[in-house]
Amino acid sequence: MATLNILVAVCLIYVTFLFVVAFAAERAAKQGHGGWLRSPLVYTLSLSIYCTAWTFYGAVGYAARSGLEYLTIYIGPSLVMVGWWWILRKLVRIGRSQRVTSIADLISSRYGKSNLLAVGVTLLAVIGTTPYIALQLQSVTLSFDVFSGSNEVAGSIVDRDSTALWVAMGLTLFTIVFGTRNLDVNERHHGVVIAIAVEAIVKLFALLAVGVFVVWGLGGGLSETLQRIDASEIGMWEMRGDRWASLIFLSAAAFLCLPRMFQVMVVENDHESYLRTASWAFPAYLMVMSLFVVPIAVLGLDILPEGSNPDLFVLTLPLATGREGLAMLSFLGGFSSATSMVIVASLALSTMVSNHIVMPIWLSATGGGAKISGDVRNVVILSRRLSIAAVVALGYLYFRLSGGGTALASIGLISFAGVAQFLPVLLGGIFWRGATRTGAFAGLSVGFLVWAFALLLPSFGSGVLISQSVMDNGLFGLAWLRPQAFFGIEGMDPLVHAVMWSISLNTLVFFVSSLVGFPSPLERLQGAQFVNVYEHSRRPQGWSGSAAQSEDLMIMAQRILGAREAQNLFEREAQRQGVSGYLPDPSPDFLQILERELSGSVGAATAHAMIGQIVGGASVSVRDLMAVADETAQMMEYSSKLEAKSEEQARTARQLRQANEKLTQLSVQKDAFLSQVSHELRTPMTSIRAFSEILRDSEKLSGQEKVKYSSIIHDEAIRLTRLLDDLLDLSVLENGQVNLNTQTGVLVDVLDHAISSALTGSSDTRLTVRRRKSHEVVHMTTDLDRLAQVFINLIGNAQKYCDADPAELTINASLSQGQMLVDFIDNGSGISKEDQAVIFEKFARVGEMKAGGAGLGLAICREIMARLGGSVSYLPGQGGAAFRVILPLAASKTTL
Amino acid sequence: MGKRVLLIEDEPNIIEAISFILSRDGWSVSTHSNGHDAVDVVKESTPDLLILDVMLPGKSGFDILKELRETTSAETLPVLMLTARGQKADREMAERAGASRFMTKPFSNSEVLDAVRELVGS
Repeated sequence: MATLNILVAVCLIYVTFLFVVAFAAERAAKQGHGGWLRSPLVYTLSLSIYCTAWTFYGAVGYAARSGLEYLTIYIGPSLVMVGWWWILRKLVRIGRSQRVTSIADLISSRYGKSNLLAVGVTLLAVIGTTPYIALQLQSVTLSFDVFSGSNEVAGSIVDRDSTALWVAMGLTLFTIVFGTRNLDVNERHHGVVIAIAVEAIVKLFALLAVGVFVVWGLGGGLSETLQRIDASEIGMWEMRGDRWASLIFLSAAAFLCLPRMFQVMVVENDHESYLRTASWAFPAYLMVMSLFVVPIAVLGLDILPEGSNPDLFVLTLPLATGREGLAMLSFLGGFSSATSMVIVASLALSTMVSNHIVMPIWLSATGGGAKISGDVRNVVILSRRLSIAAVVALGYLYFRLSGGGTALASIGLISFAGVAQFLPVLLGGIFWRGATRTGAFAGLSVGFLVWAFALLLPSFGSGVLISQSVMDNGLFGLAWLRPQAFFGIEGMDPLVHAVMWSISLNTLVFFVSSLVGFPSPLERLQGAQFVNVYEHSRRPQGWSGSAAQSEDLMIMAQRILGAREAQNLFEREAQRQGVSGYLPDPSPDFLQILERELSGSVGAATAHAMIGQIVGGASVSVRDLMAVADETAQMMEYSSKLEAKSEEQARTARQLRQANEKLTQLSVQKDAFLSQVSHELRTPMTSIRAFSEILRDSEKLSGQEKVKYSSIIHDEAIRLTRLLDDLLDLSVLENGQVNLNTQTGVLVDVLDHAISSALTGSSDTRLTVRRRKSHEVVHMTTDLDRLAQVFINLIGNAQKYCDADPAELTINASLSQGQMLVDFIDNGSGISKEDQAVIFEKFARVGEMKAGGAGLGLAICREIMARLGGSVSYLPGQGGAAFRVILPLAASKTTL
Repeated sequence: MGKRVLLIEDEPNIIEAISFILSRDGWSVSTHSNGHDAVDVVKESTPDLLILDVMLPGKSGFDILKELRETTSAETLPVLMLTARGQKADREMAERAGASRFMTKPFSNSEVLDAVRELVGS
C-alpha cells in the first residue's frame, strides 16, 4: 500500500511538474523569449509521441511473442523521416501555407474545402483513435495493478476502472488547460509541445535505465546477455516477408496519417528546416528506444515465472528484483508515453471535431456569420473543450466496455490499419492534380468498410460483433466475402490480408472515381495549390468582395480572432491598401488573407463558409474564372497563371483605353498642328503672291518700290524655307530618328560658336552677352552641334524678344550632382506665368511681337535636349526671361 | 472721295500688299494690327468696308465680328474675312459669325479687288 501511495504521489508530482513546464513554456512564448521552445530538438522530441505506451511496454511483449518483428514498427517511420524531402517537406509546406489545422482540414481543403469530407475523415479518425486511447488507459491501469499486485498487503486491490477514470480526467484537464488556452491563429501549443518533449526524454531515459539494469544488472554483462539471446527462441526468429512488408508499410502510413502525428509533425511545426534535423534525429531516437527491447524480453522470459505478461516486463523485471526505484522510473516512462499520446491525440481530434462537426452545426443552427450576437471565440473554445472531454471519454468508455481484456493487445496495429486508409487520399491529394472529392469519398469509404469488416469487427472475436457463420461463409453467404479470405484467397495472415485488400481497394476506387469524375473548379484550384505548393506561395483569388461589408467582417473576425488581433489585422490591411482607419476595402486579396487567418482558428471549410455568408455568393469569382478556364485546358493547369492572365487582360484593356484616349488626343493635336502649319505656310505665301502679282501687273512702280517688294518676296521665301526646315527637324526629332553625332568638347567653345552664330547675320547687335568663361570649362561628350543649336535658339530668342534697353543676356554655367546647368537670363520683362506653360509647345508664340518665327524653336530645343538626355525649362523668378539647360555629365569628365 | 476701307491684319507684309492694291484702286485704306481694341477702332472709324483677319493677337477675328454684329452701328457693315487656315470649319464659323464674304490666303489681288467692289457696291 505504501508503494501504491508513493506511486500516486509520484504521479501527482510528475503531472504537476508537467503543468509547470507547460505553463512556463507558454509564458516564455507569450513574452517573446521562447526562441528555444522552437528548436529542431524540441520538434524531434515531440515527434516521439509516436512511441506510446503500446511501444514502451508493448514492444517488449511483441518481441517476446514475435521476435524481431517489433522492429517494423520503428522502421516504417524511420523510412518516412529519412525520405522527408519527398513527402514530409511538402506536407509541412502545404500545412503552413494553407494554415491547415488537422489532417481532416488538409484533406477537406484539398478537395474543394468540402466539409462533408472533413466530417467523414474526422469520424473515421475518431473511430481509429478511440481504441488507441483506451489502450493507453489500459496500460496505465495495468501498471498500477502491477504495483498493487506486488504489494502483498491484503485488501489493497485497486479499482481499475476508477484508476482509468482518474487518469482520463487528469489528462482531459491538462489538454484543456494547455490545448485550448487561447485560440491561437497558428494553432500551435508551445506548452503542450514542450511538455511532450519532456515526456519523450523521460520515457527514453526510463527505458534505457531499465535496459542497462537488465543487461548489466541481471544479465551479467553484454556478452552473457547476447549468449542468452542466442539461446532463446527470439534468437531464432524467422522473418515472414509479407508480414514484414505490410507492417513496415502500415507503420509508415500510420506515421503520416495518425491525427496526433499530423498534429506534431505539420501543425505544430515552426520551421520547415526542423525536418532536416528530425530526419536523422528521430530515427536515432527510435533506434535507442528499441535497443534494449530484446534483452529485456529475453531476460523477462528467463527470470520471471511462466505466464507473466510480457507486455509488463519493463515494470515487472525491476520489481521482481526488488528495484522499486527503477520500477518507479519505468512506470513514469510508461505513464509519459501514455499521457503524451492521449494529450496530443485528444487535442488533434478535438480540433477536427470542433472545426468540422460542432462549428458547422452551430453556425447553421444560429444563422452564422456576424449576424448573431455573442463571441464566437468562446463558442469555438467551448466546443474544443467539450470535444477533448468527449474524445477522452470515448476512449474511457471503450476501455470499460472492452473490459480491458486481451482484445486490446492487437488494437495498436488495427488502429494503424484504420488511419492508414487516409494515405491514398492524402498522397493523391498532394501529388496528383486529377484527384477529386468524389474519388476521395469513394476510396475512403471502401477502405474503411473493408478495414472494419476484415479487421476491426473480427478483432472482437468470432461471434461477438460478427457472427461465426459470416466468418466461415462470408457476408450474405457469399463465399468471396469472407472477412479473412476475400475472393477466396485463403491462408494469409489476417492483418496482411486486411491491409492489402483495404488499401488496394481504397486506392483503386479512389483512382478510378477520380478519373471518371470531373473536379469542381474549387477542387481544381486547390489541387493546383497543393500539388504545386512550391510554386504557389499565394492562395488563389477566391472572393469578389463587392458585396462584402467590411464592418460585418470586422465584427466576425473580432469574435473569432479576438478584438485586438482582428483590429491589428484590419488596420494593417487598411494601411496596406492606403485607407485610413480600421476598415480596409473588402478586396479579394484582403478576403483571402482574412479567410486564411480565420481558417487557422476554425478550419478552412468553416472559414470559407463564414466569409461566404457575409460576402454572399460564395466564390462566384472562382467559378467565373474557372468557367473561362474550362475552355482552355492549358490555363486550367496553373490557376496562378490564369490569374496573372486575367490581370494581364485587365492591364491590356486599360492600356488600350489609354492608347485610345491618347490617339484621340493625338488626332486633335494633329488637326491643330496641320491647321497651324497651314497658317504658317499660307501667311508668307500670301505676301509672296500679292507682291509678285503687283510686280507683274503694275507698270508704274518706282525702282525703290520694286526693290522693296522684291526683297519682301525674298524674305518671305526664306521664312518659308526656314519653316519647312524646322518642321522637318522637329519631325525627325520627335520620331526619334535623329542620329546623334557624339563628340567631346568644352562648353566654352560651344557657347562661343553659338553666340557668334546667333548674333551675326542679324542687322542689329543690340544684345550684350555677359558670361563667366572660367565657369564654362566643362568637358562633355554629347552632340555638340545639337547643343549649339539649342544655345543659338535661346540666344536668338533673347535677341528677338528682350524688351529692355539696353538688352543684356547673362549666361551662367554651373555643375550640380553630375549635371551641367547652363542658364540664359535676359533683363527683359520675362514671360507671364500662363505663357510659361505653353512656350515649349509647337507654334506657341507669346505676346504680340512678330519676329518671323513660326513658334517651333523652343519645341525643337525641348526635343533636342530630351534626345541628349537632358532638359530645357523655363526658370521663373530671375527678373527677365530665363531658361535653364540641363545636361547630365555621367559619361563625360569635368575639370571643374 | 473714295470709299473707306479698314484693314485689321497683323502681318506687316500683307498689310502693305492689301493697302497698295486698294489704294491704287482709289480706296482710302486705314489699318489696325491687333485684336484687343479692334471693335472700338471699327466703331470709331465707321468704315464702309471691313477686311478682317481671323488670327489676330489678343482676340480672334470671329469674336470681333460677333461683337460687331451685336452693335447697331456695325450690324450691316460689309465684312470680308481673311484666313490662312483654309478649312471648311473656318468658313462655317465665319458664316455663323456674320461674315459677308470669306477668303482664304493666299489670294490673288484681283480677287480681293472684285470682292471689295462687290461688297461695297451691293
